Amino acid sequence: MAGLRSFGSRLYRGEVEVDFVGRRRLWYRLSALLLVLSLAGVVSQEINLGIEFRGGSVFTFRAPSASIEEVRAAVTDAGGRQVIVQSTTSGWRVATENLPAAEITRMQHSLAERFESEVSVRVIGGTWGGEVSRKALIGLGVFMLAIVLYLTVAFEWKMALAAVVALVHDLVITAGVYAWSNFEVTPATVLGFLTILGYSLYDVVVVFDMIKEVTARLGPTSKITYSMAANDALNHTLIRSLNTSLVAILPVAAILLIGTTLLGAGTLKDLSLALLVGMIVGTYSSLCVATPILATLKEREPGYREIARRAARRNARRAQGGRRGGGGAGTPAGTVRGGSGPFGNGGGRGRR
Amino acid sequence: MALQRAYLPLFGLDLAGGTTVTLSPVTATGQAPTRESLDLAVAIIRDRVNGGGLSDAEVARSGDTIVVSVPGAGQEEVVELVGTTAELRFRQVLAMATGGSPAADQPAGTDLGGVDEAVIERFRELDCAAKDRGQDAQSDPGEQIAACSRDGATRYILDKAVVGGTEIGDAHVGVDPTTGEWLVQLELKGTGPRKWGEITTAAYNSPPPRNRIAAVLDGLVVSAPIIHEPITGGRARISGGFSQESANELANQLKYGALPLRFERSSIEEISSTLGRDQLTGGVIAGGIGLALVVLYSLLYYRGLGVVAVLSLGVAAVVTYQSVVVLGHDAGFRLSLPHIVGLIVSIGVTADSFIIYFERIRDEMREGRRPLRSAVEVAWARARRTILIADAVMFIAAAVLYYIAVGGVAGFAFAMGLTTLIDIVVVFLFTRPLVALLARTRFFAKGHRLSGLDGERMSRRTPSRAETVPEDA
Repeated sequence: MAGLRSFGSRLYRGEVEVDFVGRRRLWYRLSALLLVLSLAGVVSQEINLGIEFRGGSVFTFRAPSASIEEVRAAVTDAGGRQVIVQSTTSGWRVATENLPAAEITRMQHSLAERFESEVSVRVIGGTWGGEVSRKALIGLGVFMLAIVLYLTVAFEWKMALAAVVALVHDLVITAGVYAWSNFEVTPATVLGFLTILGYSLYDVVVVFDMIKEVTARLGPTSKITYSMAANDALNHTLIRSLNTSLVAILPVAAILLIGTTLLGAGTLKDLSLALLVGMIVGTYSSLCVATPILATLKEREPGYREIARRAARRNARRAQGGRRGGGGAGTPAGTVRGGSGPFGNGGGRGRR
Repeated sequence: MALQRAYLPLFGLDLAGGTTVTLSPVTATGQAPTRESLDLAVAIIRDRVNGGGLSDAEVARSGDTIVVSVPGAGQEEVVELVGTTAELRFRQVLAMATGGSPAADQPAGTDLGGVDEAVIERFRELDCAAKDRGQDAQSDPGEQIAACSRDGATRYILDKAVVGGTEIGDAHVGVDPTTGEWLVQLELKGTGPRKWGEITTAAYNSPPPRNRIAAVLDGLVVSAPIIHEPITGGRARISGGFSQESANELANQLKYGALPLRFERSSIEEISSTLGRDQLTGGVIAGGIGLALVVLYSLLYYRGLGVVAVLSLGVAAVVTYQSVVVLGHDAGFRLSLPHIVGLIVSIGVTADSFIIYFERIRDEMREGRRPLRSAVEVAWARARRTILIADAVMFIAAAVLYYIAVGGVAGFAFAMGLTTLIDIVVVFLFTRPLVALLARTRFFAKGHRLSGLDGERMSRRTPSRAETVPEDA
């Protein structure tokens, strides 16, 4: 019967049980691989730093009929050096080496005359991007500290730790994507990275809140291990997580689309690209990294270790006795549990 | 308040076109400058830019940097004005007249001996209410000048500069022990004490108004106190009806001479109005597409509840827009591209609050809680906490970003923080009551096929759960 229903509709009904926590070794390996690849990329590849980090002048103007060679020639004639010409739907964006103020004005006038267009100018000192990055690092530190404090108060320190590990994981992988893909890194990208922090945590927090609620009912005689309970919580918020991620990604994708097609290079594109990459990585990590790490941490506690040990023994006995759990595939699915709340058996264990 | 004006937000220069210059302070020690010195620099630059004829310019502190924005084109002027360092100079007053507007008559009751004809001419024409109050082209210390007081109420003819700002060692605020008046005490250094002695002796021996010494900053007279005695010890006291605040301000200006900090232009951006319009259009289109996609998804996925989500998003959008408009007209808030990105990105966070709530309701229904009215209540009690915690995290992120405040970050963070707050308000005061109301309708309570809560689509437990229940219990 399950075969007739699409995965999507089962997901919709909350009938999907994916064993995220139980397969944590797989995720850990996958993440470790991604992290190593990312770090290798950051170390070995030259990051494509935008003009904001190198310093320079950028001229933006409209000239629908001009060709790229014409634009380049015009800029070079006017005294531009190391000219980079980019075409956008609405016109041209030309970057040059940093020019003295007087030459910038001359270039502006010369381009305006030649292409009969208003010319926008952006001049960036060589220290600008570095400054943004420095502040971003400070911000990162402050943010981590604030979040660890907040989550420690709102939840507990192990959750705070797991959340922050997932965060670092997301940041490193996003940096890796940038290193390997050779996307341009601008201050707007750095901003995007910082915003990722908020999103990545946002999702993790919602999941952890559910885990806290579910595991609060675990007692010393409980038959369910912390991992199972955490996995159950994760599956309960799975639809929400996916919906949230999708709903968050849709507008960002829209910005990226407009930023790329209509405006060409610029703040919109850089920011939304970093957000998009970060959100995708963040969705993965909140499901497959944060919660498994939390379960690993929690099951070091003697109480939960004891439960886990008993559960393992029970499983072993059951396997030996060949006793099959429950009534099999034909069981009417409408059974309703008496207890309130989303507490059920661990995900994946019911699978045979 | 004019209503028609109140419908549109104010736009920043990246959308309306204009020039933005970002200045980063450079300190000798490499340490971050004090807030005090930055604020002072902002005040001085503001005076200078406005005095230079760019009266629409805005000068604001943004973190450690100072951002000067001028609508319209003309980066040359701005850069020039902002780049030059102003200097503080002391000049003896030769003549003065109250009233800031030009008058054809001679400065009343004053001896104009020794005053250059051209300067008298300029003095007559000097209009302290004008944009450029005669500040430019008057800074040569070896020339006499005509100048306005800073408040624009008094006009002066001033002698050649004698003591410069570089000769002031220290300045602080004190109280006259006999009169209890606030005053500013100066300590001069280098050749300052000697020259100060000369200029004060000359002033002391002159009839009014020449018994005054004017402190001139950026071509404007900051203060022109009467000299009551020759001051030869290198210490000076300036009194004259100060409040504690105004004494402090003057002491700071004297102490720092001109700009308290050296600045480096870290970025200059001149956006043509065409490009600005393109960016605005792009932002609005992106926002429209983003919103439309979210609306479409909500409706497809949550059906009846999706309508609630869409209405809530609509309310949030209206509240946000209205906030931006009100902030614009009451607090000078200007909507810029980073704000728009922040607002669009926040659609997701706002929508998520509804998703959390709806999923909780569906959870409760799956657990078999009937009727819907009680499921809605229980679900809310749980969703509320989650929404608050998650929004708190978002708000912390926004606050940290705002604190970093480089370039567009502050705007982006502001938009994120604002929408997070609006999200909470909307969920609590609109979504939640609306869902509670709808839960009483037949359409939702009976789980109509299009309500998003129909039993067929969600009431079953998973087979795996059903199997293992006996073991658990």
